[in-house]
Amino acid sequence: MKKYSAFSLLKNALSYHENWQKVWRSPTPKKDYDVIVVGGGGHGLATAYYLAKVHGITNIAVIEKGYLGGGNTARNTTIIRSNYLWDEASQLYDLSLKLWEGLSQELNYNVMFSQRGVLNLGHNLQDMRDIERRVNANRLNGIDGEVVSPERIKEIAPLINISRNSRYPILGASWQPRGGTARHDAVAWGYARGADALGVDLIQQTEVTGIRRKDGAVVGVETTHGFIGARKVACVTAGNSSVVAAMAGVRLPVESRPLQALVSEPVKPCLDTVVMSNAVHGYISQSDKGDLVIGAGVDSYNGYGQRGSFHVVEHTIQAICELFPAFSRVRMNRQWGGIVDTCPDACPIISKTSVQGLYFNCGWGTGGFKATPGSGYVFADTVANDHPHPLAAAFNIDRFNTGALIDEHGAAGVAH
Amino acid sequence: MLLIHCPHCQEDRDEEEFSYGGEAHIVRPLEPEALSDEEWGDYLFFRTNSRGIHHEMWYHLVGCRRYFNATRNTVTYEILETYKTGTQPTITGANL
Ligand SMILES: Cc1cc2nc3c(=O)[nH]c(=O)nc-3n(C[C@H](O)[C@H](O)[C@H](O)COP(=O)(O)OP(=O)(O)OC[C@H]3O[C@@H](n4cnc5c(N)ncnc54)[C@H](O)[C@@H]3O)c2cc1C
Ligand SMILES: [Zn+2]
Repeated sequence: MKKYSAFSLLKNALSYHENWQKVWRSPTPKKDYDVIVVGGGGHGLATAYYLAKVHGITNIAVIEKGYLGGGNTARNTTIIRSNYLWDEASQLYDLSLKLWEGLSQELNYNVMFSQRGVLNLGHNLQDMRDIERRVNANRLNGIDGEVVSPERIKEIAPLINISRNSRYPILGASWQPRGGTARHDAVAWGYARGADALGVDLIQQTEVTGIRRKDGAVVGVETTHGFIGARKVACVTAGNSSVVAAMAGVRLPVESRPLQALVSEPVKPCLDTVVMSNAVHGYISQSDKGDLVIGAGVDSYNGYGQRGSFHVVEHTIQAICELFPAFSRVRMNRQWGGIVDTCPDACPIISKTSVQGLYFNCGWGTGGFKATPGSGYVFADTVANDHPHPLAAAFNIDRFNTGALIDEHGAAGVAH
Repeated sequence: MLLIHCPHCQEDRDEEEFSYGGEAHIVRPLEPEALSDEEWGDYLFFRTNSRGIHHEMWYHLVGCRRYFNATRNTVTYEILETYKTGTQPTITGANL
């Protein structure tokens, strides 16, 4: 892999940028692999990267039915934070945040991670009590956070409406300065490039249609391009996880629903932080290109259609216009949906399964983009050692039988 | 936007009048205390989450305030039938 640097930029300028090395190869699949990762989203690519980088397992294929990073990785609103309530969740998300902090250097690829801070607004007394409890829990876990007043919120985001006369007045917020956003595509591409350089085969336009087993253990996957053998199969297929699990007779406690987002026409810089509200249900940031990136809610019913209900978008826009009256004049450019797989406790599943050699990393629901590096890191460890990484142990699928759920509905209350 | 036919009201109404009740035909165990943790966990949390034909409960929240079931395709979102609670669907994945 040729390193990206100011020097390489200059050098390639001399040949009119026509001789850059391909970012990754397009190999034909081998007959078999040590590990097959199903799903080439951010999480799957990060898993492959850390398997190769940290565990020295390089005989790996990532099998993606569409193109790399074209699922929820391409569809999300890129909010990154780690201020979750419970120890297990906040530690997992904070591992991820720490990895984000060094990711561009690690991958030699600019993932445009911008620590512009995240505000979670409170609009009533109970919101404020929850926020205080969550911020205190975060601080005990060594995670940055503050409870801030409406006046301080106004300093951070001057266009926001803190009037006491609005329908749901802003009473305060939690503020995590280390939170922010990153460039979604760049994360997938950076991990893909890094994994490819370590020898991982990235196989696109190939759908996994079956999981072949022998004596209760995985032996490989059926695909639209034939059978490929593998000792271990690690599934990271987000909204389609139940479908893939069913191929091996495994049931999951997730339900798949569309989550929508929309972006406006590009406007001049006017919002240099991330603002989220559970109570009125909206979240917004501004991309480097200038478009306002707005996240809506998740549909109330199951669906795989990658589009959502109109009234959900309408509701979110109402909330955004009340928070930022100035944005009522901004025109929206595009709207889309992604299929998110949510668990009953709003926490992910990172787990071995009842089938030997079959692993699942799913259930990230509406909020897994922020976890991409950490999820890949602990899942790679779990797959390599056939034993849960210490930070993944609590996210075992068994918790739905033992009852040891990790209820993050409060911190994950707004879809993000 | 779904247009849902309520079998009680006998009318096609906008989805905003309804609330979703999740997968249908999950039978509550008669003797919960006799179940293993696996069986009880499966009853509470594990769902088919099918991609395609799905039988699900709906509640006509701002109409008759009664539950009923629907057979819906979760990819095209087409509602193939709605039927009263306690009755069985005529369309299943098998006969489609
Ligand atoms: C509108 C929206 C907004 C969001 N906003 C945020 C946010 O602000 N912050 C945040 O942290 N999270 C957010 N999320 C959630 C986040 O996008 C996801 O949790 C995360 O991207 C999941 O990554 P992934 O790699 O697991 O999934 P994906 O990127 O969806 O990757 C899964 C891949 O598996 C492939 N696949 C599926 N089935 C098969 C098969 N049978 N064979 C081969 N390949 C298969 C798919 O094609 C896909 O590419 C949002 C999601 C949506 C939809
Ligand atoms: Zn009715």
